[in-house]
Amino acid sequence: MRTPVIAFAGLQKTFYLGDQVVAALDGVSFAIQPGEYVSVMGPSGSGKSTLLNMLGLLDRPDVGSYHFEGIETTTLNEEARARLRRERIGFVFQSFHLVPRLTAQENIELPMTLAGIVPKERRRRSLDVMQRLGLVDRAHHAPGQLSGGQRQRVAIARAIVMQPSVLLADEPTGNLDSRSGADVINLLEELHRGGITLIVVTHDPALGVRAHRGIHMVDGRIDRDQQRGVESSVQYPQAAPDASA
Amino acid sequence: MRLPDLLAFSADALLRTRFRSSMMLLAMGLGVAAVLILTALGEGARGYVVGEFAAIGKDVVVMFPGRKETTGGMPPVTGAASRDITLDEAYLLKRRLTAIEEVAPLVVGSARVAYEERSRDVNIMGTTALFLEIQHLQLGQGRTLSAGDFRRGGGEIILGEKLKRALFDNRVAIGEFVRVGDTRFRVVGILSGRGDAGGMDMSDSAIIPVAAAQRIFNVSGLFRVLLKVRDGYGIDATKYSVEIVMRELHQGELDVTLVNPAAMLKTFDNILMAMTLGVTAIGAISLLVAGILIMNIMLIAVSQRTREIGLLKALGASAGDILRLFLVEALLLTVSGAISGIVVGELVIFAARSAFDTVPFHAPLWAVVIAGVVAVLTGLAFSWLPARRASRLQPVEALQKP
Repeated sequence: MRTPVIAFAGLQKTFYLGDQVVAALDGVSFAIQPGEYVSVMGPSGSGKSTLLNMLGLLDRPDVGSYHFEGIETTTLNEEARARLRRERIGFVFQSFHLVPRLTAQENIELPMTLAGIVPKERRRRSLDVMQRLGLVDRAHHAPGQLSGGQRQRVAIARAIVMQPSVLLADEPTGNLDSRSGADVINLLEELHRGGITLIVVTHDPALGVRAHRGIHMVDGRIDRDQQRGVESSVQYPQAAPDASA
Repeated sequence: MRLPDLLAFSADALLRTRFRSSMMLLAMGLGVAAVLILTALGEGARGYVVGEFAAIGKDVVVMFPGRKETTGGMPPVTGAASRDITLDEAYLLKRRLTAIEEVAPLVVGSARVAYEERSRDVNIMGTTALFLEIQHLQLGQGRTLSAGDFRRGGGEIILGEKLKRALFDNRVAIGEFVRVGDTRFRVVGILSGRGDAGGMDMSDSAIIPVAAAQRIFNVSGLFRVLLKVRDGYGIDATKYSVEIVMRELHQGELDVTLVNPAAMLKTFDNILMAMTLGVTAIGAISLLVAGILIMNIMLIAVSQRTREIGLLKALGASAGDILRLFLVEALLLTVSGAISGIVVGELVIFAARSAFDTVPFHAPLWAVVIAGVVAVLTGLAFSWLPARRASRLQPVEALQKP
């Protein structure tokens, strides 16, 4: 069996809101194999966002372990985690998050700039990605001059320019009309067919069911974890902190 | 991030918020300029005073009528003016004390100097050749006053350069006769350059023998007596000897004051240096204010760019990268602020020096270096907090901020 790209074991994360203790993640364990297409769904406050932070190495769990491509990440220092985010994980956001003062091409080059890649190599790789995504004629436009669909396309180009193994999409169609939304989904699924592991966090059931695997969260726990077309759902035990992966 | 990219990214961010950036630049620039200008003022004042005192040699003691006590004693209740120091007494001092090499009695007044149809009201100094020597007055043409018994003054006059031009234009003045009051004087020398003695512009004055000046101004007393102490004789011992002689001449009363300018120089220098440091410190407060302003503006910048920070983190920037990004921004601002402050400060100092060329305004190198370094350090110190706050932002929360 191949090494899972993501392996969560007994992840717990607690927030304190005044006197109130909120268990955002309460013993979450699952594994995602390379090349999977997974959707994470659940009501607000179910822990989806916290799970996304964990997946994207933007937050650390209080308890539990997280192996990314076989590397234990919870003990890595900030610099090493930033490096993994930079090189192995691509983010796509609901509100695009393009830097308004940079052009489309500069936005696409931003991860490479942060990685310290020389300008010549940045130009080559960003041009390559823009050609694949049909953005060459928009290269020098500011984000403000682009439509919502085009902006999300630029954001996706930025997410894949470092050739990550995982693409994390947080409500990628949330701010788009249905036509450009469908367009973006097609693009993401095309990238998935190209071999990338795609994880989509969404409220939208229509989008959620397109994934080959659906993880449903309630109250910081995984409620259901279904393979598409598989009738029975895998029930997870109420995980203890020391639950093994 | 590569350094050029870091600089370009920060510079771009600064240029997008031009108003805010220029405010920070202005605050820092003003702070640095204030430090330089205030230091230059202090240094100018110090240089001026020290220069005045230093012009008179170490071996010179100045005597003037009246007793100026710095400690104790009631002032005289009789209200009587102190006795004059006469020319004869000055002569006697030189005769009786071997410690006194030479004396330069001084009488000062103003009178009209006339040549043919031209005349000019100027300051007249009645003195001896020694005075020119002590004050380092240079002769452009001719010679100094004749040596000999200063109680009998010949009709010789030395003109300041400006006065000479006013009376003679470019004609030869040496050997010509000018009138001061009713007395005729032969021009024997012309002072060169500005010349400056005791704060008086010597280029627009005339020097005549002291006895002649006493006659013209109808005075018997002297304004000052400069005493040159012979090599190998102590200043304090000589002062004491002079006091004994003067007390004897003045019926047992000591009513003259003796001052050694060189001894006072050290005291003045210390006081004025302390003053310079004091005003520099006041200037430094404006740097502190600029630093606080920078902190506030950087905090605003961080909160306005929360989403961008979150994004950069998600794209793989570490906390250290974000910290560096904001510190480089602050550094760019403070360095350019400090440079423009130094430029503006030096320009103002240059203008002041041109306007008042007797006062040596200048910001010493230590002040420039301190102002620059303190500005940059203040900028960095005060942007540390905002930058660290930025670097610690939780990326996803930052991204979700509306």
